[in-house]
Amino acid sequence: MTAMMTIRNLHVRFATPFGSLEAVRGVDLEIPAGASVGIVGESGSGKTVACRAAMGLLSGSNVQREGTVVFDGKELTAMTREEVRNEFGTGMAMIFQDPMTALNPVRRIGTQLSESLRVRLGMDKKAAMARSAELLSFVRIPDPQSMLKKFPYQLSGGMRQRVMIAIAISCNPKLLFADEPTTALDVTVQAQILQLLSDLRRDLNMSMVLITHDLGVVANHTDYVAVMYAGEVVEQAPTTELFANMKMPYTQALLNSIPKIDMKSGSRLQVIEGRLPNPVDRPKGCGFVTRCTYAQQKCHDEHPPLVDAGNGHMYRCWFPLGHTIARKS
Amino acid sequence: MAGSGVAHLRNNDEVVLEVRDIVVEFKVGGGRVVNAVSKISFDVCRGETLAIVGESGCGKTTLGKAILQLPPPNSGDVIFEGTNLTKLPKEQLRSARTAMQMVFQDPISSLDPRMTVRDLVEEPLWIWGRGDDAERGNKVMELLNNVGLDPNLVLDRRSYEFSGGQCQRISIARSLALEPRMLICDEPVSALDVSIQAQILNLLQDMKDRYGLTMIFISHDLAVVKAVSNRIMVMYLGKICEVGTPDAIYGKPAHHYTNALINSVPIPDPTRKRATVALQGEPPSPVAPPSGCRFRTRCPAATEKCAAEEPQLREVSPGQFVACHHPRG
Repeated sequence: MTAMMTIRNLHVRFATPFGSLEAVRGVDLEIPAGASVGIVGESGSGKTVACRAAMGLLSGSNVQREGTVVFDGKELTAMTREEVRNEFGTGMAMIFQDPMTALNPVRRIGTQLSESLRVRLGMDKKAAMARSAELLSFVRIPDPQSMLKKFPYQLSGGMRQRVMIAIAISCNPKLLFADEPTTALDVTVQAQILQLLSDLRRDLNMSMVLITHDLGVVANHTDYVAVMYAGEVVEQAPTTELFANMKMPYTQALLNSIPKIDMKSGSRLQVIEGRLPNPVDRPKGCGFVTRCTYAQQKCHDEHPPLVDAGNGHMYRCWFPLGHTIARKS
Repeated sequence: MAGSGVAHLRNNDEVVLEVRDIVVEFKVGGGRVVNAVSKISFDVCRGETLAIVGESGCGKTTLGKAILQLPPPNSGDVIFEGTNLTKLPKEQLRSARTAMQMVFQDPISSLDPRMTVRDLVEEPLWIWGRGDDAERGNKVMELLNNVGLDPNLVLDRRSYEFSGGQCQRISIARSLALEPRMLICDEPVSALDVSIQAQILNLLQDMKDRYGLTMIFISHDLAVVKAVSNRIMVMYLGKICEVGTPDAIYGKPAHHYTNALINSVPIPDPTRKRATVALQGEPPSPVAPPSGCRFRTRCPAATEKCAAEEPQLREVSPGQFVACHHPRG
């Protein structure tokens, strides 16, 4: 299968008053054409920064990016900003996390939605508006004509997220990044939006990257999953393989901490104690070592490399689940 | 859904809080009125955790605040430990409220960024003149320890230096400072990562046991409340749909809305796919709620009777009450 985007050895560093903060530390990721890839991790694990850096959305004198990103046969990291910009909309698009703040509050939905159509596809005003109404019905918004004239504050969170999706798909992108598209929404609306994204991906033949902190969200809506922790990919595999054959203690801890509908009432949830390590001063061994119930001395001393377990399953752990070494718990 | 009725009330000595026919309406201009909470009655027994569940806009937060008279309801009674809060003069209400405290949804914006953690937790004690400086200092240390924060590290820092999960711990410490007998938690974990969510849910359980609290837990996610509640009340558009024990509600949901909510929770298992999205569309406007049963416009089992007649709460199995003309069998 050909790759829509290939990320090789991506590093992102921010200069801060406390020293250099390496938010992304050598991420390798391949997004196959037509596939959906989930990136899962806690807040601060680097999943959003990795995707924004890959798209070239991070700029500023305090940002340093290394590595190569190849999108649709073109090496983005070697292109000028203007050339990368030409890929936005028609090549890559992004749905941002917070539908409440990502839309311009003082412009009508129709204006915001038709903007990219006019700029990127050169449509005239009338054609762009007609196409906008079509896009709104694509994302299952009832009565698209009247929606075009509304302002964002008149819409609910779920409706705003649908508008964001309509904007993102307006120029038929080949690759869609969805950054926590359902985190700010109710469970009922979350189910609708996830289904909508899956349907659109199939109908428009897009590749998609779904960023989330919830393994429950990726389980039914992705083909591949990459789990990130402390700026690294610590486990990646095809989705069914990952859930059937988990290797990383971190992935399992993340799965166990999800409240499940079939758990006994009054039972305690399993938690991951502690927090992510300080990104300015990371432990030299495994990043997860301070929170891992299986940690050994070796985990403190040596940084685990990415191991290939076959079936496209990679993990970064000295003592993966199923290993025979004596465990303290 | 939409149910009025009092069949589910328990008239025993253990009832700490009784809410009767409570109505909260907001004027929105043009003579229109938002029916946020429409004649709801319920009770909470000592040591119990009542979960109030529903989508955005169903009135669950308004209901939680109306119990604390923030603002006072338009009509109805709130009887806490034998005292009718709606009839109390302002000063007496203020002092009665020290026994019931609230944990708010957004842990970061609900804390004053200019106050140190010491001041945030000590403020309630100081306002009510509890103890001298030394006693208050000890109390603050004890509270912070109990919520899992190291007082020596956090006392002189401010809320912006903490993550969302830590801010929620500070909020919980602050709400427990006056040793309330009832705690109302409004979506305490919806803004947090799954891994942190589990920590806070367990912490709330611990605090409930340690301080002998009675709790009202407001959430949109049925999976989250499963772990913490003894009794669940499902709301839709300002009315009660179903009340019952977690085992009854999850095991055999009688209301079609409850069933849809349960089916919206993502399952973290790629081999168990859900066939269809459980609930389409969004709730209708609370300015002009549907006649009869308010859920009928989205209900798969709606008939003409549902439009004509409002269902009353009735018992379908021991301890399970539903307001539906055609409950699930």
